[in-house]
Amino acid sequence: MSAIAVPAQAPRTGWRKLIGFNMLTGILLGIVGWLVGHWIGDRITGANVAYYSAEAGENDIAIMLGYFLGVVGFLVGLGFANYPVKRLLGHPPSLAERESEEEGLFRYFTLSTDHKVVAKQYMVGIGLFFFIAGLNAMLIRTELLQPNVHVFGANQYLTLVGMHGSMMMGTMTSGLLGPLATFLVPLMIGSRRMAFSRLSAFTFWLLMAGEVILITTIFFGGFQTGWTGYQPLGAQGTAGYDAYIGFFALVGLSMCLFGFNLVVTITTMRARGMRWSRLPIFVWGTYTTAWLMLLAAPMLIAALLMAASDRTLQTAFYIPGQGGSAYLFQNLFWVFGHPEVYILALPGMGIVLELMPVFARKPLWGYRLAVAGMLGIGFLSFFVWQHHLFVSGINADLRPFYMLSTELISLPTGFIFLCAMGTLWRGRIRLTVPMLFCLAWIFNFLWGGISGVFNSDVPSDVTTHGSFFVMAHFHYTIMGGLIFAFFAGIYYWVPKMYGLNLNERLGKIHFWTLFIAFNSTFAPLFALGFMGMPRRVVTYNPAWQGLNIWVSISAYVIGLSMLVFLFNVVWSLLIKREPASINPWNAKSIEWTVPTPVPVHDFDRIPVFDADPYPYGEPVPAGATAYAPATGSA
Amino acid sequence: MSASNEALSAGGPRHWRNVVVLWLIASVIMTPIVIFVIGPGLPPGNGSVEASGQVTDNTVLLATATPVALGVLVYLGYVLWAFRERTPEVVVDGPPIRGDASVQFWWLIVTTTLVLFLAGYGTVRLLADGSGGGQGPNPIATPSVPAGGSRLVVQVVAQQWQFNYRFPGYGGVETNQIELPENTLVQFNVTSLDVIHSFWAYELGVKADANPGVNNVAYVTTKGPLTFHVRCAELCGVWHGYMFNQGQVVPKAQFAAWIAQQRVKFAPATKVLPPYSKTYFPQPLRRGG
Repeated sequence: MSAIAVPAQAPRTGWRKLIGFNMLTGILLGIVGWLVGHWIGDRITGANVAYYSAEAGENDIAIMLGYFLGVVGFLVGLGFANYPVKRLLGHPPSLAERESEEEGLFRYFTLSTDHKVVAKQYMVGIGLFFFIAGLNAMLIRTELLQPNVHVFGANQYLTLVGMHGSMMMGTMTSGLLGPLATFLVPLMIGSRRMAFSRLSAFTFWLLMAGEVILITTIFFGGFQTGWTGYQPLGAQGTAGYDAYIGFFALVGLSMCLFGFNLVVTITTMRARGMRWSRLPIFVWGTYTTAWLMLLAAPMLIAALLMAASDRTLQTAFYIPGQGGSAYLFQNLFWVFGHPEVYILALPGMGIVLELMPVFARKPLWGYRLAVAGMLGIGFLSFFVWQHHLFVSGINADLRPFYMLSTELISLPTGFIFLCAMGTLWRGRIRLTVPMLFCLAWIFNFLWGGISGVFNSDVPSDVTTHGSFFVMAHFHYTIMGGLIFAFFAGIYYWVPKMYGLNLNERLGKIHFWTLFIAFNSTFAPLFALGFMGMPRRVVTYNPAWQGLNIWVSISAYVIGLSMLVFLFNVVWSLLIKREPASINPWNAKSIEWTVPTPVPVHDFDRIPVFDADPYPYGEPVPAGATAYAPATGSA
Repeated sequence: MSASNEALSAGGPRHWRNVVVLWLIASVIMTPIVIFVIGPGLPPGNGSVEASGQVTDNTVLLATATPVALGVLVYLGYVLWAFRERTPEVVVDGPPIRGDASVQFWWLIVTTTLVLFLAGYGTVRLLADGSGGGQGPNPIATPSVPAGGSRLVVQVVAQQWQFNYRFPGYGGVETNQIELPENTLVQFNVTSLDVIHSFWAYELGVKADANPGVNNVAYVTTKGPLTFHVRCAELCGVWHGYMFNQGQVVPKAQFAAWIAQQRVKFAPATKVLPPYSKTYFPQPLRRGG
């Protein structure tokens, strides 16, 4: 396992680097694939469909084939076909591709199997689309400044809403695990790599291809369905809805394979002594999430394939007048969709519980309870989905069951709260920037959880369903939970990932502006929902304008605080470049014992664990080798 | 665990007492405020029996959540005040407390009790009268006709992008406005001609999705005269935001006059309408592929 093949020939230099398998080639082949697919689609379309296509000015078969071959071309250009072809031709197996540090920055624009390179690719890629999706939110709030004067047309507005929702949901499913778990899980469990290194790179580039496809929706009339993509509204949609299908199907595939990779890595590649009972809690959070990704995402892919076939092959899975059912899509979508929201939340819980011991200087309180909480949430999340359909008339007799199962999920969530709170008890709490984000997570998630009880209770949900109340609720859990944990993780681990310190003063400005503006944006939305404002409306009762203006201005402040963060990144990582020490937080987990920056092979010697990573305030047992420096004898 | 209990006893009880006392004070002040001051203002108001029921439900949930939220907030505030590192330049570890079996046990007992209470309460309330929510074609929770009142079936036909109302008891007339008689058990049969909509009569406390090919039934018992807002609560396409209108609950005589007038006004249209049915299958809606 430790023998890593390094390419024998020296890497190309200068502009010659651009010849060969890399992102540029991928983009070029992607464009070629799109053109070929579109051409074939136009050729094979039957006369009947061609007639309607001409009427509608678009041909879904051509567009779908274009997306498909475009993605294939992009992946081939990146070099994903090379290894399978080589193996077919009888070349020996090899583990590594482009892992050598001599490749320099260029590695980041290629298929690299180094988990640290993939993690940084994820970091930048996800950051980019997170900011685009955030910009969409700013535009949505600009439209809602006035009830009846429109900045955007109704169709543009709905496309913005749909793109914001889809892109945030799709991107952030890998938002925490992509950069942080890919980087940290192998380090934390004492492995030198992910179980499937090429798959790791594959899931990243697949996600990027999906994001680009989603953006192309603006060339095809956008889509009017929001991120939920309900049918038969989707079947009515212009070709922009094809982009939604292509995007989410690729996200689903990426998510499923990523989950699979993580499950196998954590199950099989733990070093000696890394028992399940010593696994860092972040890895437990990752593990639970990975199972959810693996099991839930196929449902999404299936639902979208059927939607695609309704639009291209003239099937009628979701067309009620022709024997299909609109309920079917809702059911399938939420069977995926509810585990999905825990895919977003669980890694955040892992990060918060992982960081609290470091900054409270105490062991994690109630480790087993925290693990039980995560597993409990993961398990229950598959049995609650019909609470999204409480007033839909589907299985109305089962509503008491779904009310119970939904409310039961607050028990394991309560475990997480208890463990976080217990860890703080009589600790020596250090209010560093990551810790501030963790504490804010508790505060925000509390309101997200409590508002969730209103949505889970059927009589209350009759009022709040489909209103801004729901919107406020899930922004409190996802933005207040996931995004705050995301920043906690970034401020905490960037010194290890990039070997550079982020500026603390700018970090604190970022935190306080974000925390205040976040609450000032989303708390009033509870009130607006209670007053009766439905979601996704381009116009609203003028009586609600005051609150909407307040919300919009607060949202702009969120945008500004994100700019502070961007400035901090540019200033600290590109301009000032202050080297970070090996262990700036005095943490006791293993990732802080390897050199900074982490060498390509991670460990000179595979570590042996004899304790969990939280021995704060405890004497380190004699003869412990768990935290032996990686620079020791090989 | 025994070592952790010793560490806990060194100053632990005093802090515990402080947190509990602060939490009790906060809860004793805030919970009555929530029940008696905030509660009556909670949505959706007292426009119907079901709406009042939802106000009660919202009040119960908020009153239950108040001590829970206060517990977390008081605790968080207290630990940040009491256990904040005063000399951050020196790294000192806290006591190695790894858990406390009795705290975990009681936490489990208390939260489980709360959750089961809420689920039980919600179920009882739901099954009593359906709480104004859509119950599908075969409703199990049917409220009884109010004393001295009557019963009325109204079909809500949603389409892009308006609601129409059909009155099967009045010759199947279809109107684009809605008036309801007071003190009446109204049965809404909600369906759609195209995509999924959601019929939300805010002040009446009614919400039911309008699905094509499905009859989704919701009950509401009107009280006195009232103006209510109808909005679409499910994204249904480009003009979703404009899919709203107003309705009225009026005295019975006024309703009788209004519906008679509507029958005359829409008589030509009623003749060409398809006969009243629980659902309608419209022209296949699809654009070519």
